[in-house]
Amino acid sequence: MAVIRDMIPPFELFQPAGVDDAVRLMDEHGSEGWVLAGGLDTFDWFKDRIKRPAAVIDLGGVDEIRGIAQGGDGGLDIGAMTSLTDVAEHADVQARYPLLAEAAGLVATPQIRNQGTLGGNIVQDTRCWYYRSGWPCYRAGGNICYAATRRSMNREHCIVGADRCVAVNPSDTAPALVALDAEMVVASTSGERTYPAVDFFIGPDIDIERMTVLEPGDLLTRIVLPARWEGARWYFEKIRDRKSWDFSLVSVASVLQVQGGVIQDARIVVNSIAPYPVRMGAVEAAIRGREPSDETGQMAGEIAIEDTRALRHNDYKIALTRNLVKRSIRDAA
Amino acid sequence: MAENVIGTDISPPDLRAKITGRARYAEDFRAEGMVFAKLLLSPMPHARVRSVDTSAAEAMEGVLGILRASELPLQEEGIGEAALTDEPKYEGEPILAVAAVDETTAAAAVEAIRVDLEALPFVLDPLESLREGGPDARLDGNVGGRPEPLTIKWPDSVFDEAGPDRLPMGEPAAEWAIGDVDAAFADADVTVEETIVHQSVTHHPMEPRSCMAYWQNGKLFLHGSTQSTERTRGAVARMAGVETDDVVFIGEYCGGGFGSKISGVPSMAIPAVMSRKIGRPVMLRITRYEENYIGRARAGFQGWAKIGFRADGRMAALDLYLVQDGGPYGRASDFSTAGTVATAIYQPENMRFRGVPVYTNTPPRSAQRAPGGAQIVAMLEPLVDKAARELGVDRLEIRKVNAPGHDGWLGENKAPFTSAYVREALDLGGELFDWEEKSQLSGQRNGTKVTGVGIGLSPFTAGSAGRDGLLVIRPDGKLHVHQGIGNLGTHSIADTARPAADVLDLSWDDVVIVWGDTSKHLPFSTVQAGSQTTHAHTRANHAAATAMVGLLQELAAGELGGSPSDYRVADGRVFRAGNRAAGLSFAQAAERAMALGGKFSGEVVPEDLNDATKAAVAGLAGEGLIAAARDNYPREGAVFTWVATFAQVELDVETGEVEIVDLASSTDCGTVMHPRSLAGQTNGGVFQGIGMAKSQRWVFDPKWGIPFTKRFYTARPPGILDVPRSPRFAAVNLPDPHTPVGAKGIGEPPVGAGEAAYVCAVADAMGGMCLCRTPLTSDMILAELEGRPRPYGLLDTHV
Repeated sequence: MAVIRDMIPPFELFQPAGVDDAVRLMDEHGSEGWVLAGGLDTFDWFKDRIKRPAAVIDLGGVDEIRGIAQGGDGGLDIGAMTSLTDVAEHADVQARYPLLAEAAGLVATPQIRNQGTLGGNIVQDTRCWYYRSGWPCYRAGGNICYAATRRSMNREHCIVGADRCVAVNPSDTAPALVALDAEMVVASTSGERTYPAVDFFIGPDIDIERMTVLEPGDLLTRIVLPARWEGARWYFEKIRDRKSWDFSLVSVASVLQVQGGVIQDARIVVNSIAPYPVRMGAVEAAIRGREPSDETGQMAGEIAIEDTRALRHNDYKIALTRNLVKRSIRDAA
Repeated sequence: MAENVIGTDISPPDLRAKITGRARYAEDFRAEGMVFAKLLLSPMPHARVRSVDTSAAEAMEGVLGILRASELPLQEEGIGEAALTDEPKYEGEPILAVAAVDETTAAAAVEAIRVDLEALPFVLDPLESLREGGPDARLDGNVGGRPEPLTIKWPDSVFDEAGPDRLPMGEPAAEWAIGDVDAAFADADVTVEETIVHQSVTHHPMEPRSCMAYWQNGKLFLHGSTQSTERTRGAVARMAGVETDDVVFIGEYCGGGFGSKISGVPSMAIPAVMSRKIGRPVMLRITRYEENYIGRARAGFQGWAKIGFRADGRMAALDLYLVQDGGPYGRASDFSTAGTVATAIYQPENMRFRGVPVYTNTPPRSAQRAPGGAQIVAMLEPLVDKAARELGVDRLEIRKVNAPGHDGWLGENKAPFTSAYVREALDLGGELFDWEEKSQLSGQRNGTKVTGVGIGLSPFTAGSAGRDGLLVIRPDGKLHVHQGIGNLGTHSIADTARPAADVLDLSWDDVVIVWGDTSKHLPFSTVQAGSQTTHAHTRANHAAATAMVGLLQELAAGELGGSPSDYRVADGRVFRAGNRAAGLSFAQAAERAMALGGKFSGEVVPEDLNDATKAAVAGLAGEGLIAAARDNYPREGAVFTWVATFAQVELDVETGEVEIVDLASSTDCGTVMHPRSLAGQTNGGVFQGIGMAKSQRWVFDPKWGIPFTKRFYTARPPGILDVPRSPRFAAVNLPDPHTPVGAKGIGEPPVGAGEAAYVCAVADAMGGMCLCRTPLTSDMILAELEGRPRPYGLLDTHV
């Protein structure tokens, strides 16, 4: 069969008005259904005719999961359908969780941030170009990874966490949310569950065809930011080839609690080096009780790259990870 | 007296429509009964079609026709390309087209077609094809030749001697020399030598090459996206297999071409021929994905240069070898232009040029904004910097030492220039940028950031001659300037009409530009390429306006007495000198011309006009006072423009990221026609060049021969945030003496200037270390700074 791109095939469109309706429709259509939020990830797949769901469930009318409110335990509660612009520009997010505001504000372009949602940014699929080009790789249900061979073009791929698949998580907000220890609220017809952000993202060792815990029928509805890391020192940096409309080569998000010039606690997360945002547990443990200095950063950077392994074209990611982790401690504001 | 419009800012006549969205591009047109076509693209980089089964597609409701390569009037011949092929030579090459009542049906029909392909050997890397036993991109050879390809293979010893990091240099396909390079190297005070790679990049104009065609009473009407107008008509006629007179080409707006849409594009044949076949208007909308394949690309080079200097910085010898990655068709002449352009930067006392244009199974190449020029400037300028450091000569000074003056020369035959205010441009740019101060910042470190500064000096051809101008004064008293050139977004349809207003001393408000539709009687014009237009058509319209003055004077003398030389022309009137009342308004003159006929109203025309212009005048005859003239102004020498760009960057040594903090450019492009447009052209070109070095990529999987950078977000042309907010610009603004208007083109030279300034500034920030390749992305820089394994081999392409 000949391949054709840039032409969305027909589908049946459903526009539920509430979460209950949405999860009921999702349940009804199972793996034949597709959840549409801002559409930035979705329409690329549809235009390429690689994903061809029979039913599309558009969340555009589900107002109950749009907006930012005070959270129950003093944190913030953000609806998954809140636009990235609203997240980046919201006064409470900026004042209390500037790390998230910064990360959301660095996504793509103003137009994409207006259209794209926080939920969509979190659950988006990987951008591995072999996979996105429709090649029958492991992640697409096949039995090969085209990106991990000796001649593959894998500058953007994994240096850690690979398991057959070497694709990376492309999200800018995901590492920020893991750093902030956010909770992900997931609804389905069987009720509501919550996951710590760090467990929400999964690697190919758990399921090679998914990036998150969400299974067909599951809907990410809200993101809850705990009060615990409000007002902490923070750092976010996204390295990319150009300053707009680009995914990260490597990004880092950190929060540090510093008292008397000494790090009491920290969470440091690096993204786009693995199929999931990588929480740097060993780094966090090593820097507790130390000053957030260049020296501590240097040590942290070296620990961060201990278990990394480069592919043919991405050794630079090791140096970048080391340096960004260093900066995330040394330069945290 | 009307104010002269040359040198002032105006709003071009197409501006409002573009900004308000009222401008209609090819894809916006509809015709009664119009249907849509979609393309079936090759899934392999090189293959032969064994058979095609279209039965399932043809059985689908709404499918109207299938077009195969064999049905095209213009077939593949020699190295020439056709719109469809049964031997695809790159992944994504169109094999056939399907027409259906809508695009959804056409797409489904394409998917229902089974194509049986025999895979053929393919090659992406030119050096691989030059090896004995290496694959060839074409069945008939591996190296560009005319009319047939050549086969050139180098023995293994050539590759073994070079090793992995140096360009192997076997038998070239072309070579020339000036003087004796070997002797000059022996006497040189400093010699630098590098292997240098410049990538191929796709054009990616904002508007893809969509096209709509229909036939009426044997005439083909075609709406397309093109850089030229009058010169596109003939190309379309050949594609459709009809006479030029049987084509009406409409293209009022063009969303960018950069050399990829010079005079029509091969894919225009598809709606034209399909429409005739099925008897319905056919729209072929080209998507961004398809544009990536059929939208043309710049030829890349794997090169080597050795340059010898005397102690004062004078270039004593330049030895250059270029291996060109030329795609599968034609013979992109970038490599040979590069050799010529090198002489226009440095005037080397001795030079040897060698090159070999190799075919590859990657999408076709065409001219891309300074083809060959931009590449060579960006490749050689960092080497000059390297030598300047070794010699202890200031980097601005070394460029001035080598820059041509008016007595300069071009190319192996040492042709003269019409003018060359290059040192003036370098001085002007140096002042604007404050080179003296800024060059002191070189290598300064602030936290993790190191400052680098660089200069790029870029020449390119900037004008042709001998075209026609055609002016009509209609009974409404307005001057209608008929423009056969295209409207590719450079404002030249308006700017080249300005001499007509000035020669006639007419208010710009009384000038009407006629363009974009060959049924509107357009004169013979230059193809809108090679930065020819400003020079060529200010001359042509100057000639036509001068003829118009003569006709007005003669007409007035005939009507009012006296001799023609007693009459003056100004403010929309022809009148007796010293007595404005004794004369005719343009409206009256037009009425009288129509009554008199003959040479006044286009019934009699100058013999030396091009046939296309004669036909245009014949179409207009009797509609007013008509002046048509050929540009016969004398001109000796090559018309060249130079642009110098100065860049200041900050390199973050912990990430490899580079931020451009300041940019300033200056130019010698003769008389400034339109300051705002000139600054736009220059800065835009500078940004485009920076993009080629900084972020834009054209990545292929080497095992499968398939590209991945098929969208804007993966191809990464630069965005507005990647350049400084306020790049500065100045022009020498001295007239070229070989044209009555003094103007030279500007479209192309800024690209190399921007790219070279950027790569030189990055090298400067790295302490003078030239990575000598594009793209020069942050990963490569970081690997070098950290002493880690290089992400790619020095000679690797398509990374």
